[in-house]
Amino acid sequence: MTSSTRNRVGRNRVGTPPAVRVWERSLLLHGRVWKSSLLGSFLQPLLYLAGMGLGVGALVDATTGSPELLGGVSYLAFIAPALLVAAAMMVCAQDSLWPMLDGFIWSEAYKGMAATPLTPGQVSDGIALWHATRAVVTAGGFAIVLVLFDDTRTWGLLAAVPVGVATGLAFALPITAWAATRDGDRSFPAILRFGIIPTFLFAGVFFPIEQLPAAIQPIAMVTPLWHGVELARGAVLGTLSAPAASLHSAVLVAYVFAGAVLCRRAFGRRLGS
Amino acid sequence: MNVAAPSRDVPLRIVPLGMFDARRPQRMVERSLYVHRRSWMVIVSGFFEPLFYLLSIRVGFGALIGDITVDGRTIGYAEFVAPALMAAAAMNGAIYDSTMNVFYKLKVSKLYDSVLATPMSTADVALGEIAWAMLRGLLYSVAFLLTMWALGMTASPWIVLAIPACVLLGFAFAAVGMAVTSYMRSWADFEYVPAVQVPLFLFSATFFPLEQYGSWSWIVQLSPLYHGVALVRAANLGEWSWGLLGHVAFLLVLAAIGLAVTARRLRTMLLT
Amino acid sequence: MAAAPLITARGLVKRFGDFAAVAGIDVEVESGESFGFLGPNGAGKSSTMRMIGCVSPPTSGELRIFGLDPVTDGREIRARLGVVPQQDQLDAELTVEENLVVYGRYFDIPRAECRRRAAELLDFVQLTDRAGSKVDPLSGGMKRRVTIARSLINEPSLLLLDEPTTGLDPQARHVLWDRLYRLKQRGVTLVLTTHYMDEAEQLCDRLVVMDGGRIVAEGSPRSLIQQHSTREVLELRYAPGTNEERAHAIADIGDRQEVLPDRVLVYTHDGEAALHEVHERDAAPISSLVRRSSLEDVFLRLTGRTLVD
Repeated sequence: MTSSTRNRVGRNRVGTPPAVRVWERSLLLHGRVWKSSLLGSFLQPLLYLAGMGLGVGALVDATTGSPELLGGVSYLAFIAPALLVAAAMMVCAQDSLWPMLDGFIWSEAYKGMAATPLTPGQVSDGIALWHATRAVVTAGGFAIVLVLFDDTRTWGLLAAVPVGVATGLAFALPITAWAATRDGDRSFPAILRFGIIPTFLFAGVFFPIEQLPAAIQPIAMVTPLWHGVELARGAVLGTLSAPAASLHSAVLVAYVFAGAVLCRRAFGRRLGS
Repeated sequence: MNVAAPSRDVPLRIVPLGMFDARRPQRMVERSLYVHRRSWMVIVSGFFEPLFYLLSIRVGFGALIGDITVDGRTIGYAEFVAPALMAAAAMNGAIYDSTMNVFYKLKVSKLYDSVLATPMSTADVALGEIAWAMLRGLLYSVAFLLTMWALGMTASPWIVLAIPACVLLGFAFAAVGMAVTSYMRSWADFEYVPAVQVPLFLFSATFFPLEQYGSWSWIVQLSPLYHGVALVRAANLGEWSWGLLGHVAFLLVLAAIGLAVTARRLRTMLLT
Repeated sequence: MAAAPLITARGLVKRFGDFAAVAGIDVEVESGESFGFLGPNGAGKSSTMRMIGCVSPPTSGELRIFGLDPVTDGREIRARLGVVPQQDQLDAELTVEENLVVYGRYFDIPRAECRRRAAELLDFVQLTDRAGSKVDPLSGGMKRRVTIARSLINEPSLLLLDEPTTGLDPQARHVLWDRLYRLKQRGVTLVLTTHYMDEAEQLCDRLVVMDGGRIVAEGSPRSLIQQHSTREVLELRYAPGTNEERAHAIADIGDRQEVLPDRVLVYTHDGEAALHEVHERDAAPISSLVRRSSLEDVFLRLTGRTLVD
């Protein structure tokens, strides 16, 4: 036995974790579009911050009474951390719809993986890892852009990135679990239109949820996005109390955990014999 | 035997390879109607999108932003933004239809190859597909307008003229979108579409007035969406000026260029 | 119209840049006949078909279909053609029946008439029970039959088929041949390309063999075999790598021989006699086969290579 083959065998024994091997495929696929996708990770936040933060912000900040509604900060500072979290949600939600169906139906890549020694649960974990990666890149890119602005250049950005990732996963995992049970994309536009878009608009990203009618507020508070927004905003602006931090974190962790369980179950049903 | 042989009309034969050798583009539209017969739910659910956006403007920015001054006239912020969102919706719909959908038919399903084996021409295909994108745009614009009206966000009855304005805007974007799509090599190229679409959406005097752009305002005026927004806004306020013809002309020229490029590209791609 | 040929090509050329896909061919197809373009991939068959289908302008030469010029009267010609492209190109967003109806609408045929014809044609290709099905789940053979039904919606007098049975299993091919034969009986002119010898022998009254953009032979399958081959062929299989050497030893047996990578072919009037002679020479093969000469042999003779893709 030559040393190189021994090495290879040795490495296999220590083993790349199975989920990482699933993740590697997604990375490979994504590798082909990384340039435009990286461009998006920095360009989109910059554009949104310039347009909404500075442009609309000028109008908001000039309106008497608005600073009080926003807790005494500029509109840019108010929406920037929230947009970071929302961007992670958007990316993760879209990645959990058509690309998942592609893996199950069109390219049947997941079926192919399940035909190897990988278990459906490991495939599911690998997909989750991939969603997390996308969220890290999105939230991380956003955070780097936020360093450019005086109002948001705080150490809290370091906390905002994991919050963004957790929020992204809180959407990605349950949606992936749903997609894993589908045979077509018929329901997908409705998920975006009736789930993701209203959440984006009403869960406290662009204005405090106190402005919503009292009856609607609880609905906004149930969404993972609101918890993520509160955490990230509080962390970046330094307004977060310990109890609030633990509550929001607990909710996000619960969503992610439940989502992972659902995902594993759905993959098990779909890919298991 | 040849029931289907079309009558030959003389004028068109004098310019045999004319760019606009279109005789029955409506057949492409008919095909799209067949395809969407069963997907009416998607279209109906599309009516909710304007509702959510308009509500968030009303609820959110109603309190955060007071009245603003545009061209020396003071109007509520919702009145300012709602028409812009209507125009933006027309743009987004047209871009979606004329890029991803057209690429699928051009390169994946080879629909146009099979259509061109019949008496249909490339101009029929180009015009028919763009017309379909416009029709969908029309549907969404009407939905948007009804929602605006139901929420009490329309300022004058002239707002009905926003519908033709949106159709024109959609036509221009669909024509250009299809022309650009004819140069796309793979799905990966579509990742660049948002890189154009998002700046247009944010910086076409949609969310804040042109005055705020200062010395950059000339760039904004290059945006086709800006011209569409200007038209819809004027319709909403019922304020007419000769300047509006400039906006219409800009969009017409864009549409004509897009259409001409598309018809030519289809010919060189499919009829080699 | 009866006397004039349906298709006339003289010096027809199609160039893509420097490459001449079709390098000057002369073809005439009479009404009611079944005509084949035979040749390997890249011989220029499909380019020729696309020119006849009026979706590819000729670079030079003369082409008339129904006596009309495809460059100026493409629309009129296409209105009278049926086209079965190499890839089915069915509309995946529509059902089987809708595929036919919508296609008929491109010809400006009234909708009710389209529906009537669609029902009739689906019956003809034995797919009535799949009328409401989407296209995707159909088998390759079924899709092909849908494409043929679709191409007949305008009741064409000339049907162009580009490799109609490539990629189909044997059973599906026979079903298809049967349907095409019935069309021929009805008086439809068939023009097809193929690289299958058996298909050409089955379907074509007359054919041309194309190679490198040129026509290298023309005639009925039978006359081509008579002209360019012998009555029988003896196929000999030797141990790998010894073909050349063995062939040399039996070079004078039969009229002619051909050494292929896997076999030695001996062209002769009497195959059994030749085999007997081979055995007497002590050149006994591992296995042998005596068969009738086919178009494949004609092709080998004319182009010096096998008909593999």
